[in-house]
Amino acid sequence: MSVSRPFSIARWFHRRGWSDLIIGLPYGWLLLLFLLPFLIVLAMSVGSQAPTAPPVGFGGEYPWINPRGYQRLFTDDLYIRSFLISLMNAGLATLLCLGLGYPMALGLTRVAKSWRNILLMLVILPFWTSFLLRVYAWMGLMGKSSWFNQLLTDGWNLLVPVDWAVKSIPMMHSNFAVVLVMVYTYLPFMILPLYSSLERLDPTLDEAAMDLGSRPFRVFLDVTLPQSVPGIIAGGLLVFIPAAGELVIPTLVGDASTPMIGRVIADEFNSARDWPMASAVAVALLVLMVGPTMLYSRYQARAEEGPGK
Amino acid sequence: MAADVEPFLRIEGVSKNFGPFQAVKDVNLTIGKGEIFALLGGSGCGKTTLLRMLAGFEEPSSGRIFLDGQDMTGVPPWERPVHMMFQSYALFPHMTVEKNIGYGLKHERMTAAERTDRVRAMLDLVQLTPFAVRKPHQISGGQRQRVALARALARQPKLLLLDEPLAALDKKLREHTQFELMSIQERTGVTFIVVTHDQEEAMTLADRIAVMDRGAVQQVGPPGEVYEHPASRFVASFLGSISQYEARVLRIEGAEALLDVPAFETPVRATAIPGLVEGEVLTLAVRPEKLAIHRHPPGGPNAIPGEIKDLAYFGKDSLYRVTLPSGQLISVHAVNARRGGEARPDWYDKVWVAFEPAAAILLRG
Ligand SMILES: Nc1ncnc2c1ncn2[C@@H]1O[C@H](COP(=O)(O)OP(=O)(O)OP(=O)(O)O)[C@@H](O)[C@H]1O
Ligand SMILES: [Mg+2]
Repeated sequence: MSVSRPFSIARWFHRRGWSDLIIGLPYGWLLLLFLLPFLIVLAMSVGSQAPTAPPVGFGGEYPWINPRGYQRLFTDDLYIRSFLISLMNAGLATLLCLGLGYPMALGLTRVAKSWRNILLMLVILPFWTSFLLRVYAWMGLMGKSSWFNQLLTDGWNLLVPVDWAVKSIPMMHSNFAVVLVMVYTYLPFMILPLYSSLERLDPTLDEAAMDLGSRPFRVFLDVTLPQSVPGIIAGGLLVFIPAAGELVIPTLVGDASTPMIGRVIADEFNSARDWPMASAVAVALLVLMVGPTMLYSRYQARAEEGPGK
Repeated sequence: MAADVEPFLRIEGVSKNFGPFQAVKDVNLTIGKGEIFALLGGSGCGKTTLLRMLAGFEEPSSGRIFLDGQDMTGVPPWERPVHMMFQSYALFPHMTVEKNIGYGLKHERMTAAERTDRVRAMLDLVQLTPFAVRKPHQISGGQRQRVALARALARQPKLLLLDEPLAALDKKLREHTQFELMSIQERTGVTFIVVTHDQEEAMTLADRIAVMDRGAVQQVGPPGEVYEHPASRFVASFLGSISQYEARVLRIEGAEALLDVPAFETPVRATAIPGLVEGEVLTLAVRPEKLAIHRHPPGGPNAIPGEIKDLAYFGKDSLYRVTLPSGQLISVHAVNARRGGEARPDWYDKVWVAFEPAAAILLRG
């Protein structure tokens, strides 16, 4: 009987303290590494520039809050413009990732099981090399004298009238380059959630729809697409949110005259040393991103009322 | 048999190979309009594969299928006037019951009002009107099965294929649904092909049964014929229970044959089958309910002595297992028609098992 057993790991483990600790761990992590830094940034955003280190100060009169950062956010059109450019670039990248990723994810569910894991490996293979290295590789490809650029240029010159001919295609340092590299970088984040939601679908549902008179494309619209909406939303958020705040890609391949918001934050922090302003922009970005995330959780909660399948 | 029904579906020499494995072997069937036809067979014998070829999900490796005189080769599933009720129901989880039933109607040329009317009529037919706006996961298994049936019937197919339609239901609901299926078939006049591995279900539902084994059709006929006149040992043992013994023809006396059955140790008489010759070795089979059990030697032919080894008393009837002199067993199913009088045979009683010559089935091969 259990009384005579001197020690049971299971019993010891199931004592309340431990399960509380395990549930509490992720919350503690979020509190320490997300909420706390965010509160610091929030505080800095209402501070004033100061010649100290860090260059933020709280002073003046009660309530010691300086709303200058937020005021400039709405009055200086640099911020509004870069917000809009960020949302546009991120939106475009998300749509392109969806357009490219959906057929790939669908294809993955249709190939033979033995091929599937190899192809999935290929999707995540780029992560094995450094992200920076891959961006530099794209810079090389897009450069004026690269074979890639020359190939595209030759193709262009072949197709258009003579007086439209160009020596090379100006790809680098443009919004086009930013979107292209973002699509390349974030594509796996679209494919993987899409694949996992498509892979769960029951193929006999497709057959049932065909049996009831639907051609394959109709089957896709009526059966496959509606059931993959959770995957589309998850993939969309995983691409859109980091893309909107992206710093490295616009800095390396982008155009300084059409800055994305991440680059503005970095410039305010580093070059202008205006930490309150940078913090205000960061807070605004977070608030903007919370919107779609909330929508997603609402959708998820609703979907979970019904079964996943 | 097949001659008196108007041919509607003709399956001619259809085979299906999956690589080196032949799942369906040279099947020939003719099915009449308005018939309920059952495909009966053990697991993996090719029933689903045959249905999938009728629905158009698989192309036969050889042979052809004609529906209403039209060759179905190369006709895709969405163009066939054939609907299937899937083994797993395959209801669309993101659509309500109503939408599921109306799904196929999108492709019909009909007005919105006609469409709603049809859906309403279907809901009524399967008695699911109160559940019209629920999603499939919000209704019971039996209700889901009825939605699947209504969905398959809504477009008024010429041929309805049902793959183990009742397998997921409990016994009581299954019996109820069997009759419901039959009455729906009567009202709609649609030809049904029902796949099942439950022989009782096949016999209850079907006008005719095809028994399949390892991809090939072994016998086709009305339930009574397949049961009473099985064409092979496989069919005999697949439908109902039966005792089988090796036998050798001693003499042919008119319509009867005298047989030496080593298991019985006494010669027995059986109705002869065409082409029987003296000395031929074949199988004698008798069903338990065709045997009578006696406590004293009966007067007639074919009385075999034995001892009761086992008995199960069910009230209205009893099942006996009798050890024959050779040590082999024979099962006897007797109705307990009398009350009082002579006591029923009991454990280890010496008894005589008797049967009419016509009750014995002679099987070659
Ligand atoms: N796509 C396929 N590839 C290879 N073999 C297959 C395929 N589909 C079916 N088979 C094989 O063909 C045989 C018949 O399968 P089928 O599904 O028709 O059996 P069934 O009679 O419906 O059995 P059950 O009663 O278990 O449903 C099985 O041995 C199965 O393994
Ligand atoms: Mg099957």
